[in-house]
Amino acid sequence: MSFLELKDLKVHFPIRGGIFNTIQDWVYAVDGVDMVIEEGKTYGLVGESGSGKTTIGKAIIGLEEVTGGDVEYEGVQVTNKARSRNEQYRNYNKDIQMIFQDSTSSLNPKKRIRDIIAEPMRNYFDYTDKEEKDEVIRLLEIVGLNEDAIYRYPHEFSGGQRQRLGVARAVASNPKLIIADEPTSALDLSVQAQVLNFMKQIQKEYGLSYLFISHDLSVVKHMADDIAIMHRGRFVERGSKDKIFNNPQHIYTRRLLSAIPQIDPLNREEHKIERQKVEQEYQEQEIHYYDENGRVYDLESFDENHWVALNPNDSSSKTLVADQEKGGN
Amino acid sequence: MATKETLLEINNLEVGFRFSDAYHNAVDDVSITLKENEILAIVGESGSGKSTLATAIIGLHDPNNTQIKGEILYKGLDLTNLNTKLYNRIRGNDIGMIFQDPLGSLNPVMPIGKQIEESLIYHTDLNEKQRRQRVLELLNQVGIPNPERIIKQYPHELSGGMRQRIVIAIALANKPPIIIADEPTTALDVTIQAQILDLMKDIQEETNSGIILITHDLGVVAETADRVAVMYAGQIVEEAPVDVLFTDPKHPYTRSLLNSIPHELEEGEDDELHVIQGTVPSLQNLPRTGDRFKDRIPWIPDEAFDENPQLEEIAPNHKVRGNSWKHFYFEGEED
Repeated sequence: MSFLELKDLKVHFPIRGGIFNTIQDWVYAVDGVDMVIEEGKTYGLVGESGSGKTTIGKAIIGLEEVTGGDVEYEGVQVTNKARSRNEQYRNYNKDIQMIFQDSTSSLNPKKRIRDIIAEPMRNYFDYTDKEEKDEVIRLLEIVGLNEDAIYRYPHEFSGGQRQRLGVARAVASNPKLIIADEPTSALDLSVQAQVLNFMKQIQKEYGLSYLFISHDLSVVKHMADDIAIMHRGRFVERGSKDKIFNNPQHIYTRRLLSAIPQIDPLNREEHKIERQKVEQEYQEQEIHYYDENGRVYDLESFDENHWVALNPNDSSSKTLVADQEKGGN
Repeated sequence: MATKETLLEINNLEVGFRFSDAYHNAVDDVSITLKENEILAIVGESGSGKSTLATAIIGLHDPNNTQIKGEILYKGLDLTNLNTKLYNRIRGNDIGMIFQDPLGSLNPVMPIGKQIEESLIYHTDLNEKQRRQRVLELLNQVGIPNPERIIKQYPHELSGGMRQRIVIAIALANKPPIIIADEPTTALDVTIQAQILDLMKDIQEETNSGIILITHDLGVVAETADRVAVMYAGQIVEEAPVDVLFTDPKHPYTRSLLNSIPHELEEGEDDELHVIQGTVPSLQNLPRTGDRFKDRIPWIPDEAFDENPQLEEIAPNHKVRGNSWKHFYFEGEED
């Protein structure tokens, strides 16, 4: 069942200048994105820096003003209402939570862990002191931290532990969706593994959904069910993990996938040749995949659970893909 | 294959930092050599001492609070007790350095061309015209389109990938035989990362130089390095050619690290990633005797660990510290 839907979501930032600080131009950070979020699934949002992936996350949770389009939560229009104190949107605020990339700056350094994790509970539930404390301890245990952490301050923890505290806080309000914006990109490999494990475990326990924003394709591959590839503020391709990784259609997706370093030193020469082939192809055919303004085309259904933004008027890009498949890719 | 000449030889290097009047070694007993025409990768997590090692080679540690023991031999010269004047001649001329953050390592108020030219002014007696020629040549070499225009621009006008190319051009300016690259692609997107790594490899093949590549990204290592040294808590725990390290890792730390890489799940596979228990001890609390990785694999019996584990050659070119690897198995697995 889907509970959150983005319809033609747009976030544009004005560029101001001139004598009167008037709006000179716009940055189309997110420019027409559709997405449906279902219960218990993980959605990967992948793109290079500046592609607008973080902006989508922030727009959903209300940290960024939506310029156009709708965010619908359980059929209710909640666009730009996420920070509203109105009772009507209370559930929405409670059900959508976020984990940030930088764990140091996302935890209040002056508060003890107990207060940090209890804050969402105090906002949404009427717990007694005892209940609240038990709940905090229970959450800490879920993310693998000890009970005596509750009286300590954020700086006393390592980066990985702090990121787990961030996870615990996000789970505290018993949400349906957690937006995780690069949750592990500041962490070492072994610590990253730990945080990812806890995130998966919590998902099983609570049946919650993740919107997993990352530039690291190997992490997304590990976590996500569905993946959307973003470029220039729009989706170039969206589909199940399997479709994206095994049958990518858009030239940009193929370029991104071929650029991932592979742990296979014996065949690295082949990777390099393949990578440079795709890169050259990208340079030559880029024009077929974007309209005259460099905008990504609208997504169209390509296959079951697989959408690609190909030129609707021009069949060259499509036939090209078909040719390559014949040629054994 | 003809035997490669050794460029840099590091013997029993110790780098200690001072905390309240005692020195604590961040790099402890590291011995390694860099040969010409190879990329030596140094891998480790944060706090393993890999950047400290690089900084020691290029002599950028604060002499008042750092204690360096052992030798770093370059052309028979021990770099550890070189005076600043001599060191300045070597830095930039014989050893080029590429840092992680291209914006931080470029001067924001100096045009690109000037910054590249700077090291030519210090180290060569080319005249102005020749220097300009060389700058344009370098920019071409690192694949920058339109070099005539770029030399007049400032760093903030360029993208991250372009800036990193400029930093590489600066490092290459005097054709140094040794290049040290400290996380050169960590701040870049994957597509740019691939381009920069290809570029570094091409340059290395062209100039026969030796590159020390410091990174935490095992994918980058697998794609570019010829030889790999894995560092843990200031020591090298394993050193091997790249294919051997990834196909036949021996040391418990290397194996644990490789196991914690996120990967696609096979049908029915447990989706838990391997986690290394505990944390890297801080410098002051680091056990200085015994096996430093012991605390993180508590299910291995005490007898498996050496009292004083040494880096030993177990096969040609494959070195492993201590003997604990012979008894190591993952928790939950049978021996």
